[in-house]
Amino acid sequence: MNKLSVESTPHIRSRSSVSGMMLCAIAALLPAVIAGVLYYGKNAALILLTTVGSAFLFELIGSLIIRRKQSVHDLSAVVTGLILGMLLPPDLALWKAALGSFIAIILVKQMFGGIGRNFANPAAVAWIAMRLIFAKDMTTWRVPDTGAITRVTPLVSGGTGYWDLLLGNYASYIGTGCAAALLLGMIFLCFSGIISPAAPVAFLGSFALLTWIGGYDVLSQLLTGSLVLAACFMACDYTTTPFTVSGKLLFGLGCGILTFLIRHYGGFAEGAVFAVVLMNLLTPAINRITRKHPFGAVEHKKERKKKKPEVESVSV
Amino acid sequence: MKRLNGIRLPMKRRAQEKQITALPLPKLVRIPMLMHMGDACEPTVKPDEYVYVGQEIGRPVSDAAVPVHASVSGTVSVISEYQMPDGATVPCVEIVPDGQQVIHPDCQPPKIEKKQDLIDAARKSGCVGLGGSGDLTFQKLSRAEKISVLVLNGAECETCLASDLRMMLENPDQILGGAALLQKVLKIKDVRIGVQSNQPAAIRALTDAAESAKGITVCPLPPVYPQGEKRVLVYHTTGIVVPEDKEPEEIGVLVLNVSTCAFLYQYAQTGIPLVERVVTVDGNAVPKACNLLVPIGTPVIDLLLYASCELDLVKQIWCGGAMMGVSYPTFRASVTKPQNGIIALKNPKKERTVGDCIRCGKCMRACPMNLIPAELDRAYEDRDVRMLTDLHAGICMNCGCCTYVCPANRPLAEHIQRAKTLLSNT
Repeated sequence: MNKLSVESTPHIRSRSSVSGMMLCAIAALLPAVIAGVLYYGKNAALILLTTVGSAFLFELIGSLIIRRKQSVHDLSAVVTGLILGMLLPPDLALWKAALGSFIAIILVKQMFGGIGRNFANPAAVAWIAMRLIFAKDMTTWRVPDTGAITRVTPLVSGGTGYWDLLLGNYASYIGTGCAAALLLGMIFLCFSGIISPAAPVAFLGSFALLTWIGGYDVLSQLLTGSLVLAACFMACDYTTTPFTVSGKLLFGLGCGILTFLIRHYGGFAEGAVFAVVLMNLLTPAINRITRKHPFGAVEHKKERKKKKPEVESVSV
Repeated sequence: MKRLNGIRLPMKRRAQEKQITALPLPKLVRIPMLMHMGDACEPTVKPDEYVYVGQEIGRPVSDAAVPVHASVSGTVSVISEYQMPDGATVPCVEIVPDGQQVIHPDCQPPKIEKKQDLIDAARKSGCVGLGGSGDLTFQKLSRAEKISVLVLNGAECETCLASDLRMMLENPDQILGGAALLQKVLKIKDVRIGVQSNQPAAIRALTDAAESAKGITVCPLPPVYPQGEKRVLVYHTTGIVVPEDKEPEEIGVLVLNVSTCAFLYQYAQTGIPLVERVVTVDGNAVPKACNLLVPIGTPVIDLLLYASCELDLVKQIWCGGAMMGVSYPTFRASVTKPQNGIIALKNPKKERTVGDCIRCGKCMRACPMNLIPAELDRAYEDRDVRMLTDLHAGICMNCGCCTYVCPANRPLAEHIQRAKTLLSNT
């Protein structure tokens, strides 16, 4: 007779896998990616290919150098590369795009322990670094219809119709223009149970409320800039956002407030990505205060600080 | 009332329509001297001695044990060693049945009037929790000061298993008889029977049988796993939250499995101790899933052969369901008192690559106890005792929901069990 194999319980597993979830995220990003490529053409496609390809490569090399178990097949690097690429202007030099992937994957993700251990969203930190380093390139956009180069987006200039804003027919980053496509992707992720809508809803909701109170045009403020992308795909990143629903709501609320403050009082026209990273840093604290009370848990008696044992002095 | 979290398991219970049938007497029974939580017994018989059904063959040597009885009449062949699933060995009495099943003359219906009579009866009959836990029933009874609610566990939320379900469908009167006995002796007014709502036939059978009885309510439980765990069951049937440092009995809730309750009734009627039980045989290596009434100590192989299982194909055997069933290291195992199922599988073990935690929070949403398995896992890997205490690792009951849902295939439940050992050792 055979030798029987022994394993710990449970013996069965659900079908969900990390790569499956990442594939869903990629699928959800695709409509916005396609819209971006349609508006900005070959150059946009090349930038996206560069960020995705280099992110994949850096993940591969990074794991090898750090001698960590190879994790490139979980596709999380592809998602990071894709989101970063979507946040870049369509005429950026390719080496600059690749540098962004390096910052995201090597500096933010691999150096801090790989997947699940990064302190902030890799794509967001990389974007902020690039925004500071390549200040001019990162603020040079192209109007899709005319091909005219512009240094301002409708966020500052205003005057673009709501439909154009919703469909992305204005000067924007590659993947942030078509808000409709981004929202569609997020709804897909929510319905397939991959993300919870709590953080995006709180993010967009609190921002809209503040904008309305401040007397600004709510819809054009909501639809322009990287806000929708940040709310839909960065504020519900697993690793860098809180666990519980109340934590997610708190996180979204903080993001909304910070975005409003940065946009209207800060030195940058964009605020959403900065807000996400700032809130990422608060995530461990939010996780701590929103922890659920375990069922039937009895609070442990607080241990009084024990006096340090007196060190016997050794005479020489 | 907020329901506790859980998971929906792929429910394939092939044995649920199968009537309980008695297995033909085996050629040999091997009765291990330890079949419950607690300490092993000491064999009281010698080779070549004749034993009757219900005769004591193992004497408890400590307070945390109940006697072991012969499940067949026949001759003791040898006192051998039995390997438990955890690797420990205990003495084991092997008996060759003579086929007569002569009952020991001392087996007389006991007089049960006071609580102490009940405790003695539960102890003398060798009664243990038949739902799989193997708790000592007499200990539960003696721990209780004053019982206000009796909760009967008919949840059987595991995959494949159907032994309790068949008991509820075929012998509801015995279950309610046991409930009535406990009600009378312990002066309990309120009896709740928890049955999953996806078993309407069992709910109907029990409700019909309980029509004339007083104070018995059948409570439908949500069709999610786990429901049979005592804290979850008590909460979903009565709304009472059992604190982590107490057993349900200590706050006045007595939890018994429906089969245990039915056994106590049988014992009060006949005086025959716990010598047989119903076992579900299933798994993809078993062509004919069935529910068998077998003498305790019957070799597992006999049950599998009865169910036309091809032993050469079997790669893994679980004692119990897919979520909590212990895997057996060898074929040389016997049916023990708490064993409610034998699942034999032929598919080779799938290689599961364990990835890093991506902190998706699925485990947290699956945990019935509101724990955060991902953080417990990380704290265990860092051997962070303080964090483990802060996160209440001790509440985990090893239901395995977290491991089941984890997309990175992390053995979360296993790590939390190890963390609990770590905590108890520091």
